[in-house]
Formats: sequence, structure tokens, C-alpha cells
Amino acid sequence: MTFDVYLNVAVAGVLTGLVYGLMALGLSVIFGVVRVVNFAHGEMMSIAMYIAVLLFSTFHLDPLIMLVPIAAVMFAFGYVLQARVINPFVTRPEHSQFLLLVALAIIIANTLLILFGPDARTVQTSYAYDSFQLGPVLIDASKAYAGAAAIAFAIALFAFFRFSLVGKAIRACADNYTGALVVGLNVNRLYALSFALGAACVGAAGSMMTLIVDVTPSIGPVYTLLAFVIVITGGLGSMAGALVGGILIGLTEALAGLLFTPSAKSMFAFGILVLVLLFRPQGILGRRPS
Amino acid sequence: MSALLSLERVSKRFRGLVAVDGVSFAVPQGAIFAVIGPNGAGKTTLFNLIAGALAPDGGSIVFAGEPIAGLAPDAVCRRGIARTFQLVRPFPALSVEDNVIAGALLRQHDVGTARERAQALLRRFELFERRYQPASALTLPDRKRLEVARALATEPKLLLLDEVIAGLRPTEVDRMVAVLRELNRESGLTIVMIEHVMRAVMALATRVLVLDHGTAIAEGTPEAVVRDPAVVQSYLGAEVV
Amino acid sequence: MTVAVITRLADDVPRRTLILLGILLAALLVAPWIVNDYLLTVLIVTLYSAYTGQAWNIMMGFAGQLSLGNALYAGLGAYLAAALFTDFGIGPWIGFLASIPVAAACGAIIGFLAFRFGVAGVYFAILTIAFGEFARIGFDHLTIVNASAGLFLPVAQYAHNDLWRLRGDPTMFYYVILAATVLAFVLCRLLLRSRIGYFWLAIREDEQAARAVGIDTFRYKMYAVVISAAATSFAGVFYAFFYNNLFPEQVFNIGRSIEMILGPVIGGVGTLFGPILGAFVLNGLAETLNATMSAVGLDLPGAKEVFYGLCLLFVILALPEGVWPPLARRLGFDKGKR
Repeated sequence: MTFDVYLNVAVAGVLTGLVYGLMALGLSVIFGVVRVVNFAHGEMMSIAMYIAVLLFSTFHLDPLIMLVPIAAVMFAFGYVLQARVINPFVTRPEHSQFLLLVALAIIIANTLLILFGPDARTVQTSYAYDSFQLGPVLIDASKAYAGAAAIAFAIALFAFFRFSLVGKAIRACADNYTGALVVGLNVNRLYALSFALGAACVGAAGSMMTLIVDVTPSIGPVYTLLAFVIVITGGLGSMAGALVGGILIGLTEALAGLLFTPSAKSMFAFGILVLVLLFRPQGILGRRPS
Repeated sequence: MSALLSLERVSKRFRGLVAVDGVSFAVPQGAIFAVIGPNGAGKTTLFNLIAGALAPDGGSIVFAGEPIAGLAPDAVCRRGIARTFQLVRPFPALSVEDNVIAGALLRQHDVGTARERAQALLRRFELFERRYQPASALTLPDRKRLEVARALATEPKLLLLDEVIAGLRPTEVDRMVAVLRELNRESGLTIVMIEHVMRAVMALATRVLVLDHGTAIAEGTPEAVVRDPAVVQSYLGAEVV
Repeated sequence: MTVAVITRLADDVPRRTLILLGILLAALLVAPWIVNDYLLTVLIVTLYSAYTGQAWNIMMGFAGQLSLGNALYAGLGAYLAAALFTDFGIGPWIGFLASIPVAAACGAIIGFLAFRFGVAGVYFAILTIAFGEFARIGFDHLTIVNASAGLFLPVAQYAHNDLWRLRGDPTMFYYVILAATVLAFVLCRLLLRSRIGYFWLAIREDEQAARAVGIDTFRYKMYAVVISAAATSFAGVFYAFFYNNLFPEQVFNIGRSIEMILGPVIGGVGTLFGPILGAFVLNGLAETLNATMSAVGLDLPGAKEVFYGLCLLFVILALPEGVWPPLARRLGFDKGKR
């Protein structure tokens, strides 16, 4: 009986972790290519969440179906943001970039506050209380759909980087900035594309996130930090690492919430981070810098 | 004369590529020792191994009777080896004087004394007038001189110079050669230099080591080395001096 | 001895800079007699951010290590001093002495984890946030300090000022934080012009080159973190006794850390006067916004913050070095500067 409870919670944690992983994947792509730490990551996710909530409440459009359009909107947002605002900061010192993104985060969070007010918004799908029975495990339908969609989205992104010409160009650009310039790649455009792809990840993740948690204008920083923890745990610069880190952190949080108290669950995620830094500083799937 | 620095079969590989392959040599106290060789011969890697920026995969490096292979770069410097970087890296936002003071403070704990020492060095390298300028405002030859001054400020027993003469104008080459010779004569400073400018090597070096593809192909006096057929073929052959 | 220190402090500072600092200090000293209670509180808050900004600047501006979690050290100082006061009646100055090793040890742990492997600077920044959040959630569940219900200090009678126990009217708090700010300024100048300061700047500029001149970069980065953490913990002690209530959600909030950074970044990272100027610019801006908003009768939650964010954006786009360096050049305060 108790074992079943653990198993159910663990499965739910892994599924939530996949969505976390997709969100963190966005951060990883942006950092890996543009070398800018996106401190407005959580705020970008809350934009996507509000779009999903709005679409659902006005047109009854399911967040899972809206995932791709929302990702597309965030893609455009990310592209413009990088090309118009962030690009001049690429060569500036870290603290300067940090401040730029903090300013953006403040603007985003408070614009959302003006538009939607401080109250939590949520999406009530018809399948919100459905579940699947799989042997002894009871799987929450929303989380199962969200997890599956996160995997699909991540696979599409991997395929893009592996097989498409643009994806290869972006990887070249991440490996060697000067080299990319020399062979005539339009680095600024590739940077904007990468930021846009990162934003699309966070857009898709945000859309699915509405099935799992409520959204308020102030949730941004918590998810930004969560994304950092996941990316470092998984291995900075490793795309698969972001997903693995997401699963690990999702699982840890879920079990910690069950064993202790849900409000203290992120402490355990930080605990994992510290352990990783102590014993495997390059992250689970990261390569040790030479 | 006992050896101040000696390397014994030192090797370094980068992912299968052998950059330095079993190199051995000894630098006597008070010598000016030049390392020459074509581009990509492993000269800078060799320097990085001595200076602690890289750890060798094999072999031993002994400085003043103690093994130093694998020590951190700052520890190596505290033992008395100072270096310059091939691609100069002064502290850009700091003034020329502060750059050298930062080096001098290693041995002189008092800032005033360190400043005096720094100013003496800046006079010697003809940078005194520019001492309040930020290092980033200097021309490349001036930045090279600043690097040498900063390295000397740490009061080394051994100075590693990575192409500090290449890129200077002929008159500047002569001035740098004169200063280095002076330092060597006055205080018995031992110098190991990587250099492409053969005129400077011939004028300064007491011994020359020739590297090619990571291996030492010749060692001897400058005159002997330039006559060595292996050297002529591998290195000088293309661009006869 | 004192005279010697003062002469050394003024050593090769341009005359006009000394005069400006003198005027500023005099104005701040007489301020409580001139301004009303509200403005006095604004000044206290401004000096508080100047002080915390100065402490943060040691880490980032001098040694080049970006900390985004300095609220952690302030929070530890606040909670430790407040708990000692409410539970054992131990005064805040002893509380501060006790908080120094605690904050320093915390900084040392973060520094150790981040610097040991010499990995990218981003690690340190993110670890500092992570530890701040760890503390926020941890204190939210720590029942000995009342967890999320908050820790309250007995509110003072304003009958007389007790400096030893930090109970009194705003004027007393004003002079305490003014003294702390002046001390921090002096300490930073002394540090910057000593051996450690040169080593920090070298590390900030180019860590590899710093190692090549024999600087033990790990050790000196640790010193920067530890000194900055200890200095910041005093701000926390002050905060606890000034506001008389502590909630983990507020004290350890990442917003507090960001507030500590804004001043020096706006004023000029790595400059001695930047954190002070930046604090005045920011708080002046915030107060002007408040006044304007209430004058036009606009009560829209978030509007002020959006405008604040836009102003920040403007400053970082237009003045990448911060406000002070270009201003100093224009006013000629950099002449004769070494």
C-alpha cells in the first residue's frame, strides 16, 4: 500500500520533471549558444502560461493543443528580444547582462500584474481529474499528456540541432564564435534564432505547466532558479543533461513533498545541486572542462 | 655550473595529438636559453608545462632542485619562475603602474615599496611616462614591454619569455635585446625564451633548443644549431636566414 | 596614529574630491534637523542600500565575483541578532559579533564549492542565489525563529535612545547607518589600496594572468567573499532592529539581493563612490515615482515597478559603466588619480 503511494508520487514527479526539463532545456540552449544567462527565464514562462490561461478561458482552447502556437509566439518574442535588446550585451560583462535581464524580468512580471492582477489563474480541463491505471500505478492524465508532449518537443529540438543545416550552424557558432564568423555565418541571426528556440522551449513548457500548477505574476524567479539548478545538475552545455536533470529534480521534489512537507521541497532540489557540485562539478552528463 | 631548470622526457598529449614528446633539456644558472621551431612545434605548450598552466602527462620538471611538474601556475611563480604570454594579457583596466605593482607585491608586501620597484622597472622599459594610462590604451609593443616588466616585478630566478620580440620594430628589437642582456649580466637572471626573430636569438642566446612536432631535434650553441642539417631541413630550410 | 591613517586616506586624492566628500558628509550630518520624518526614513533606506552596495562591491567590483545572493548574509545577521535579543536579551552589537563568523562561514562554503574547480563564473552567481533560496525556505520552516509566522522584536519606547541596545527614534538609526556607511567607504578605500586590493583587481581583470604573477587566486577570492559576507551581516542586524519584524519570505527574498546590486551597478561597479551615488539615484527615482503616482491619483499595482524597470533599462543601455565614472570625468574628479 505505502509502496504504491511512493510509486505514484515518483511517477508524477518524473512526468512533472520532464516539463521542468523542457523549460531548463530552453535555458541551456540560450546559455550554450549565446553565453547569456537568461535571468528572465521564469518570467518568460509566465508569459506563456498566461497566454495559455487566456486562450483557455476565452476560447476553451486546450493548452496541449495550443502548445505549438504558444511556442511559436514565444519563438517570435525571443527572436525580437535577442535581436533588438540583448544582442549588444553579448560582449558586455556578466553583471551588466544580469542587470539587463533583471530589468526585463521586472518589466514582464509587473506588466502581467497590471494586466491580470495578483490572483492565481488556472486551467480546468475536462480531463483534469482523469487518470490511467497501469498495474499498481495510478497516473494523472494531465501530467501524462504534459510529460509526453515535453518528450516530443525535446526530440524535435534534438533532431533540429542534429540534422538541419541551421541547427548545425548554431552548434558551430556555439563551439567557436570566431570560427563561425570566419566561415561567414551570420552570428547575430543565429544568436537570435537560438534565443528564439530557447524561448519556444519555455513557451511549450509553460503551456503544459498550466496543467500542473496555477500561475501568478510573481512565480518567475522560482522557476528561473529551478531551471538553473536543473541545468547545472544535468551538466551545463549538455542538452540531454537538461532533461535528465529535470527528471531528477522533479522526482526529488515529489518525494520530498511526500516525505516532508511540500513547501520545503525545493530545499531538496538545492541539496541535490550541492551534492552534484561536490562530487561531479561538471554535472551528470557534462564534460569536464579541460 | 649547475642546472637551474631541467626537464626529463616531458610529454603532453591533447586528445591523441602529441604536442610535446619526451623533451629533455637543462638550463644552467645564468644562461639565456632559446627555444625555436616552426609554428605548432609545441613551444608554447612546453612553456605552459613549465609555468604550471598545464600538467605534463609524463616526465619530470625540476627547478632549483625541486620537482615542480603539476604545480599550480601561482605556486610555480612563487618558487621563482615568471612568464609572459604569447598573446599578451595585461590587466586592461588597471594603469600601467598598477599592473607592475600587482606583480611586485608578490615579494614586497608594502605597497609603497612595491610602487618604487615598479617605477624603477617602468623606467627601464621606457614606460614611466605612460604609467597612469590604462594598460588597454598601450600599443602592442608597449604591452609586450609591460608584460616583461610585470613578470620581472615578481623577482624571478627564471624568466620565461614567449615571443616578446616578434612584432617589434628593428630599433625596438635592439632596445629589448639590450635590456634583457643587461638584466642577465647584472643580476644573473636566467632567461628561457621562445623566439622567431633569429637576429635576437643569435645575439642573446647562449644555447638553443630546436623543437619540431613536439620533439627536440637539436640543441647547442646558436652557431652550431643553425648549421645542423636536421634543423636546416625542418625549420630554416623554408626561410633561409 | 589616527592622524597617520587619515593622511594616508587622503593621500593623492584630488583636492576637489576631498571638498566634495566633506560637503556631502556635512550635509548628511545635519540632515536630521532639516528633513521631516518621512524623508529621514527615506534617507535611512538610502544609506542602507549604499552600505549593502558597498559590501557587495567588494566581491564583484573589486574581486570580480558576481554574487546574486547577498540577502543571505543580511538575513543571517538579522535572524541571529534578533533571536539572541528576544530569547536571551543579548544586545545587537554582540549579536553582530556573533553573526560575523556565521555569515563568513556561509560565504566560505559557497566560495569553496564554486571556486574549487575553477569553473565558469556563472556557477558562483547561481550558487549564491541557490543558497539564498535555500535559507528562505529553510527559515520558513525553522520553528525556533517562528518559521513563516515571523520573528518580532519588542517595539521600543521612544523615551530615550539606547545605542547599546539599538532601541530609539529614527534619528539614532540614521546616525548608526550613516556611521556604518562612512566606515564601509573608508574600509573599502583602505582595502583597495593595500596588497589585497591590488590582488583582487588583478583577479577581476584577468584571473590567468593574476596566477602567472603568483597570486593565489582561490585564497584571495575567498577573502573577498568572506569580508563581503561579514560586512553585509551588519546590514541585517540593523534591518532587524530598525523594522522590528523579520519574515523569511521578505528577508531572504531574491528581490533583497537584487536591490543590493542595483545601487553599485547604477552608480558604477568597482568604484568607491558608485554604490553611494547609485543608492541616492535609485531611491530618489523610486520616491519621485511614488510622489508622481499619488499626485496623479494613479493606483495601479505594478505600474511603478514597470517604470522602474524601464529606467533601469535606460541606465544600463545608455551608461554601461554606471553613472559615476562619466560624471567623475566630466567634473574632473579623476585628475591626479593614480
